[in-house]
Amino acid sequence: MNRRSTFGYHGVPRWVYAVAAVGGMLVVLPLVAMVAKVNWPQFIPLITSEPSLAALGLSLRTSAASTLLCVVLGVPLALVLARGEFPGQRLLRAFVLLPLVLPPVVGGIALLYTFGRQGLLGKSLEVAGIQIAFSTTAVILAQTFVALPFLVVSLEGALRSAGNRYEAVAATLGARPTTVLRRVTLPLVLPGLASGAVLSFARSLGEFGATLTFAGSLEGVTRTLPLEIYLQRETDPDAAVALSLVLVAVAVAVVGLSYGRRRGSAASGGQA
Amino acid sequence: MSFELQASLHARNFDMSLSLADGETVAILGPNGAGKSTLLGVISGLLRPDSGSARIADKQLFNLDDGTRLWKAPHLRGTALLAQEALLFPHLNALDNVAFGPRSAGASKVAARETAQHWLAEVDAMPLANRKPSQLSGGQAQRVAVARALAAEPELLLLDEPMAALDIHAAPLLRRVLKRVLKDRKAIIVTHDVLDAYMLADRVIVVEKGRIVEEGPTRDVLERPRSHFAAGLAGLNLVTGTLTEEGITTPDGRVFAGQHDSGWSPSPGQAGVAAFPPSSVSVFLGDVHGSPRNSFPVTITDLEPHGDQIRVRAAGGSAQALSADITPAASADLGLVPGMDVRFVVKSALVAVYPA
Repeated sequence: MNRRSTFGYHGVPRWVYAVAAVGGMLVVLPLVAMVAKVNWPQFIPLITSEPSLAALGLSLRTSAASTLLCVVLGVPLALVLARGEFPGQRLLRAFVLLPLVLPPVVGGIALLYTFGRQGLLGKSLEVAGIQIAFSTTAVILAQTFVALPFLVVSLEGALRSAGNRYEAVAATLGARPTTVLRRVTLPLVLPGLASGAVLSFARSLGEFGATLTFAGSLEGVTRTLPLEIYLQRETDPDAAVALSLVLVAVAVAVVGLSYGRRRGSAASGGQA
Repeated sequence: MSFELQASLHARNFDMSLSLADGETVAILGPNGAGKSTLLGVISGLLRPDSGSARIADKQLFNLDDGTRLWKAPHLRGTALLAQEALLFPHLNALDNVAFGPRSAGASKVAARETAQHWLAEVDAMPLANRKPSQLSGGQAQRVAVARALAAEPELLLLDEPMAALDIHAAPLLRRVLKRVLKDRKAIIVTHDVLDAYMLADRVIVVEKGRIVEEGPTRDVLERPRSHFAAGLAGLNLVTGTLTEEGITTPDGRVFAGQHDSGWSPSPGQAGVAAFPPSSVSVFLGDVHGSPRNSFPVTITDLEPHGDQIRVRAAGGSAQALSADITPAASADLGLVPGMDVRFVVKSALVAVYPA
């Protein structure tokens, strides 16, 4: 969709370009600096060392699991926030969005006092023989905690802009609410759901503070790629830079995927 | 009676009761905001009234009276809704859109598609089966939407201005399709168009401000309107007042002489209306000598082209708006402009007078 006016005039003052350039440089320059620091001859050995591969594998597995968890829990949350009507709805929305603005380390401490040995639920779980803190499960929970708002926000927006007229028609055609959800609502908001899931995956992949606090840093169990990078920085800066570049590559791919999707859906979304 | 409804919704100033016989199609006419869409919302279960009840044959749709709180969800009502916009599910092709109702009712994929093909053929849309909604024109999409609504086998079909969003070339085809499929089917069609009412409905109900103001067989209502809205649709001037031997007398004392129904015996004081076409009204400047009957001073409010005539809209002392159709030449000769005081003279032979 071309929203530019038919005339060439855009009304942006020139000095805005200058400030925007500074803003762009703030993001691009550090990346350039990092790429310049990469030890290219050793790049492949550095990122394929055993601890690196273990950390990368763990990161991908836990991020995939937490993205799945975000979808399973986030879709119902977004639905009740966008479509439901109940007392405390605004309060629930505020709390769901809280992890967006909360320092992750605070989230980690909160999780520790929920699922830790002495925690709210942790005590009962301990009795049942289940230990969550400092396990791979803890990594997934920490990632889900920080990534869930991304999925909820993105899907709730999609649900609101889609409106509920299709659902009303589907109901008068005899479809039960569950059928309407499965065959009408979810297909309609699929682009929003997909970009929400991609953002959640990216956030999970980058999770550091909550993971370190709640899950610790055990190689192969809870030491994800960001934790590995932080540790390597002390002992082997070259490895840290190389692994950072891997994360940058993944992030670029994720942003490209989600951005491309949105543009694609905008182009085909002309149906009234 | 096979469908009965009585409902009121205070927040929308809505209070109506109506019933439909088997196989009957009723047109709901009325100005914007009169409560037409509210009515369909209440019937289909998308909108909950404060009180009232409705049933189709033995099936109670809702009953909110006498302390009972029976409320059937929309999907259990069998009242498919066809809106102004087709609202085809954009991710399904035409065939699967039509198959949606049968699938929801539990039919297998194959059986549902067979049903869908039958209904697509019924609305002359078989060649469109594999197209996505984004590849359909407005008229094609609306025909597919009709097939989709019918495939759900509704006991009562609700149509909310189905032709309103179509261009003038697409509307006639859809109207013909609707005429065919609505035959012997219980349906309520909300419309703005007299043609829809004439072609599709057995009976019309005129609503204004959330109330039913007039109802009856289509021809009766449109040829002998009793409400201003129906008169407007029928293109007639309507004046309300009290019946007299001569015609009717308006509340401010003007006398409209006209033709009573043959065999009418006057009962003084009875409320009545006088209806006459704008073509029976002539326009004069200044006083008319000999003071003919049916001559009224009015002020012109609007002039607009109407076919090959000029329609002169004017308001009289009683604020009852009247229209006259005159030739463009006459309008130019008289130098008519809005705000001008003129005199309307109505041929009494063309004024129909009947009880309200």
